[in-house]
Amino acid sequence: MTQLQVLLFASYAEAFGSGTVNITVPEPATVADVVVALRGLPGGSILPASPVVAVDRRYVRGSVPVRSGQEIAVIPPVAGG
Amino acid sequence: MIRTAIVDMPIDTAALLREVTAGSTGATTLFVGTVRDVNDGRTVTGIEYTAYTAMAADELHRIAEEAAEQFVGIRVAVEHRLGILQLQDVSVAIAVAHARRAPALDASRFVIEELKRRVPIWKCEHYVEGDRQWIDPTATRAEATLS
Repeated sequence: MTQLQVLLFASYAEAFGSGTVNITVPEPATVADVVVALRGLPGGSILPASPVVAVDRRYVRGSVPVRSGQEIAVIPPVAGG
Repeated sequence: MIRTAIVDMPIDTAALLREVTAGSTGATTLFVGTVRDVNDGRTVTGIEYTAYTAMAADELHRIAEEAAEQFVGIRVAVEHRLGILQLQDVSVAIAVAHARRAPALDASRFVIEELKRRVPIWKCEHYVEGDRQWIDPTATRAEATLS
């Protein structure tokens, strides 16, 4: 198992009550494992089954591996402009 | 020439125009997004813009680079503002210059459409009744599809 820190924003941060959440996931972990762990936390029901995730500031798919030390962020529907 | 920025101060649109215009350019476009007073039938008093600022800056720059690859020869400057904006405040400005009008117009459209699709910025609308709501364009699109 490994500990990861995940960044949350806007409506997701409000639902979780924080802009950062620490989770524990099995090793090796993927983005999909991160989502499963987050959905099990209080406030996690706001997340869709496959939310948009960025690793090190780039959008990634659920199958992408993640490790401690990376910048992992779950991105609510964007609304710039 | 490419410059993009996420800012927390008012955007000087005239400065953006001056920045991209050069002796070689014969066509300059300026797209300006402003806070409007009604959305989905509700009276808006202001919008709070927040962002995953580091990634928003990276993604916005990537979009401008893609525009420069697709529309060779453009000069482009883009700024998106964060914070609490009032009605008619400028939230985003995109200035594009080129020797000819078609690439300038097309590049401007490309940048705003990709920005709205990809850049991690969120807006929370504040309404005259005193409540607020995070805007989810995907929900609006889904509802539009159903209706």
